[in-house]
Amino acid sequence: MYDVILIGCGVVGAATAYQLARYDLKVAVLEAQNDVANGTTKANSAILHAGYDPEPGTRMAALNVEGNKMAKELCRKLDVPFRPVGSLLLALSEAQKTTLQTLYVRGLANGVPGLALLDREATLAMEPGLNPELTGALYAPTAAIVNPWEYALAMAETAVVNGVELHRRCPVTGIRPLPEGGFALQTPRGEWQTRFVVNAAGVNADKVHTLLEPVPWKITPNRGSYFLLDKAEGSRVGHVIFQCPGPNGKGVLVAPTVHGNLLVGPDAQPVEDRRDLGTPASALDFVRTQARRSVPGIDFSQNIRNFAGIRANSDQEDFIIQPSPAYPAFLDLAGIKSPGLTAAPAIGKRAVELLAEAGLVCRPKAQFIAERHVVRMDRLSPAEKNVQIARDPRYGRVICRCETVTEGEIVAALHSPIPALSINGVKRRCNAGMGRCQGGFCGPRVQEIIARELGIDQTAVPMDQDGSWVLAGETKTGREVTGDV
Amino acid sequence: MKEIICIVCPRGCQLTVDEANGYAVTGNGCPRGAAYGKSELQNPTRVLTSTVRLTGAALRRLPVKTDRAIPKGKLREAMALLDTVVAHAPVTEGQVLVADLLGTGANLVATREIPAE
Amino acid sequence: MYDLIVLGGGPAGLAAACRAWQEGVRRILLVERDDALGGILNQCIHNGFGLHRFSEELTGPEYAGRYIRMLGQTGVEVRLATMALQILPGQDGAPHEVHTLSPTHGYEVLQTRAIVLAMGCRERTRGAIALPGERPAGIFTAGAAQRYLNIEGYLVGRRVVILGSGDIGLIMARRMTLEGAKVLACVEVMPYSGGLTRNIVQCLQDYDIPLYLSHTVTDIKGHDRLEQVTVSQVDANRRPIPGTEMVFDCDTLLLSVGLIPENELTRQAGIEMDRRTHGAVVSEAMQTSVPGIFACGNVLHVHDLVDYVSAESERAGAAAAAYLQGNPSASLPSLRLDNGAGIAYTVPQRLHPGIGEAQVFFRVNRVTGPAAVVAENDAGETSRFRRLRFAPGEMERITLPANLVATAKEHITLRLEEGSV
Repeated sequence: MYDVILIGCGVVGAATAYQLARYDLKVAVLEAQNDVANGTTKANSAILHAGYDPEPGTRMAALNVEGNKMAKELCRKLDVPFRPVGSLLLALSEAQKTTLQTLYVRGLANGVPGLALLDREATLAMEPGLNPELTGALYAPTAAIVNPWEYALAMAETAVVNGVELHRRCPVTGIRPLPEGGFALQTPRGEWQTRFVVNAAGVNADKVHTLLEPVPWKITPNRGSYFLLDKAEGSRVGHVIFQCPGPNGKGVLVAPTVHGNLLVGPDAQPVEDRRDLGTPASALDFVRTQARRSVPGIDFSQNIRNFAGIRANSDQEDFIIQPSPAYPAFLDLAGIKSPGLTAAPAIGKRAVELLAEAGLVCRPKAQFIAERHVVRMDRLSPAEKNVQIARDPRYGRVICRCETVTEGEIVAALHSPIPALSINGVKRRCNAGMGRCQGGFCGPRVQEIIARELGIDQTAVPMDQDGSWVLAGETKTGREVTGDV
Repeated sequence: MKEIICIVCPRGCQLTVDEANGYAVTGNGCPRGAAYGKSELQNPTRVLTSTVRLTGAALRRLPVKTDRAIPKGKLREAMALLDTVVAHAPVTEGQVLVADLLGTGANLVATREIPAE
Repeated sequence: MYDLIVLGGGPAGLAAACRAWQEGVRRILLVERDDALGGILNQCIHNGFGLHRFSEELTGPEYAGRYIRMLGQTGVEVRLATMALQILPGQDGAPHEVHTLSPTHGYEVLQTRAIVLAMGCRERTRGAIALPGERPAGIFTAGAAQRYLNIEGYLVGRRVVILGSGDIGLIMARRMTLEGAKVLACVEVMPYSGGLTRNIVQCLQDYDIPLYLSHTVTDIKGHDRLEQVTVSQVDANRRPIPGTEMVFDCDTLLLSVGLIPENELTRQAGIEMDRRTHGAVVSEAMQTSVPGIFACGNVLHVHDLVDYVSAESERAGAAAAAYLQGNPSASLPSLRLDNGAGIAYTVPQRLHPGIGEAQVFFRVNRVTGPAAVVAENDAGETSRFRRLRFAPGEMERITLPANLVATAKEHITLRLEEGSV
């Protein structure tokens, strides 16, 4: 019998696991896919919002501002790329200046520090590449950029290092309340019994809840498409550039990334199929056009990748963070729409409080490993690089040329607390294949290293999720004929 | 009269071949083109390039070719035969792996030198 | 301290290093990031290489083998599995620095009097053409699929559509067909093929693979592995025409949509670039805007024949030797080669007036029948170079007469002239 089982290991599940790992509890995380953070967490704007958007008094407002405050220290401890670049919300007309004013006041009410309303000149002085027709901006110095995927991975890894079990390829297919209290969870890998359940299943949170009982809310998946531009465009802006929300949607943002690229997007498209991560031509056209309104000079010929993410929106205004009225030991962390990434660490803390209120006894562990460290060759000085290579020459062999990722870093990702099981799993952990050639050169080599390190056949290494096979098979598999042919 | 594009070299000359007149070729930029035009209409041939399995080396496949063009109609049969060939390192460039492939008179030869591991 | 560091051990680097050695340069280092010399030729196992350079038809590995053996007879030092991370040009005649990373030598800062850039090119990807639709596995650049097939012995799929009619895509259509895959179509957005005509014949027509010109991929379906692509006809502005959709059930899409010179090191070093070639601006000696730094091969502009890469790179090697032997030219010469109507680019882009005749590579930007390229200088001198046809997919080579070069004041313009030839 587990104390707590979390369903789903996106950033919300990971943050909750990370908080639970501090206590003397038997905790497991069941993740349907072959990697953590493979849903909404891996495909979003990668921004830690300051917190002026949500209505004061909502859970969203409080958790956004609290999550933003936690991020810097968390990223330092867990070795996650984080840059406090600040954001500018642009007004492109006189009318939009009213919106800035409203959001400024809202931000003050939410306790967002350092907000400032800027006039046209001050805005252009901070960010010369912006549309000169802008009329002003709301500056939020606490907005930051992060690698969202690694943010979740780092929390999940730290949870695992501290004794939380993570089971991947373990989708929950049934939930049965036990007569003596607690639940039995059905999975293809057997039944799991637990006293508490945390539903952090992201876009599928409603489907998971329905396995237990009818659910009074529903997820309304909404797809956003992005461009990721080459590092040649990476310094086009220095801040996150937002547009005012208007009748045409929330606006398209332009932002630097922690890897030095430029991120442009998203649009907003309701979708039925929660796995349809396509980027239709119409969405890409929309994003291009809208982005140029903020930053006219963006060179889209420098595009290296389009991608789309599904927002786990719901039909509720606020985040759904509450126990089921009928089953107080079943906690939903659902409908975590934007600013969910920012709020996640605070949601994790809130989840533990709610579980404690429902009767979970949380005794702090004597030993908690709070720090995580990853070797990234491109961040080391020449002398440090040589120390690393002397220790293990594989850190001197560059596999991904575009991002200068070495074999040593890839091997480390394959023997980390949550090892990569796919080519994209390696990419997300150490950037191999993230660059301008998009794995054209290194993909086959990464696949070979995965096969070697995991002791599996190369044809069995998928690109991403199970089913995303890369190789149809070997050539020249005919029977060997000996002697003269 | 038949119009074909010469594939002997990257120039891609437009050849006209007169079947009724001893397969006379015009439009060719060089004598090799004339020979190609004649043969392409009577007995089209191609050099086959592929790989065979390789053991005893870091690489798993050895690149190979037929050392002269073989009839087009025999390409598939030749591929099936290559399925069964295994080369063992060390291999020298030009080393004959299969002599007189399918009776075509062409040898299957290695096209890359592979030292023993 | 080296006299010359050659970056890249493919055909360009091999030829440049060999030639510099033959010209008497002695302290030469060749840096190659892979574990073997030969570059992309090692995976180009088809024949058709070397007719110009060696007067016989070789496969890629055989062509590379010739140069590798040639290099083996020199004293050029070779470092494999070594990645150049940065080039810092020396100021005022000081040596240049090349920063490298390797398992055997770690992070090193190497000093050299001259550099030949020979890093080659990479393939344009799905992102570069912003291809719409889902992002399943099964979408490969043709070169990546070629590496899997020819070097590693894996077939990447069984039902294949190829987007783009570049040579690698065409070659892969034949290779995959022979290895048992079904190639359903080759789709080209332009009204003409991007590859050599002979590859259309021997790689597509030989195997009854349809070529759809003025078509492109407009949708991709498949959550995990590719399941379907939609192909549409495009109008004169390359916009898809609604109602022309064809759907192909396939598990693989190969992209052969162009090559881009790999010039990140060049740009970082502050070397002047040509936005048409995506390579450095060079003189007839293949020297860039930084004295002592030369460029050749596909890092300079994308070639379609390796024979021309070798010829160009041998010139770069010889010029680097001349530079090191006390014949340095301070900076780029001022005489420009301009692109007139119909010309996509020229290499070199600059000439020294006193060099005598000058060999020029160029590409046109449209398909023609019989036509001429006219070179005209600003003193009114002209030369004509006739061809039965021109196509953007085929790089052309001409030699400008000495007189045309010598009498030019500031520029010589190349233009394409159709009809009345």
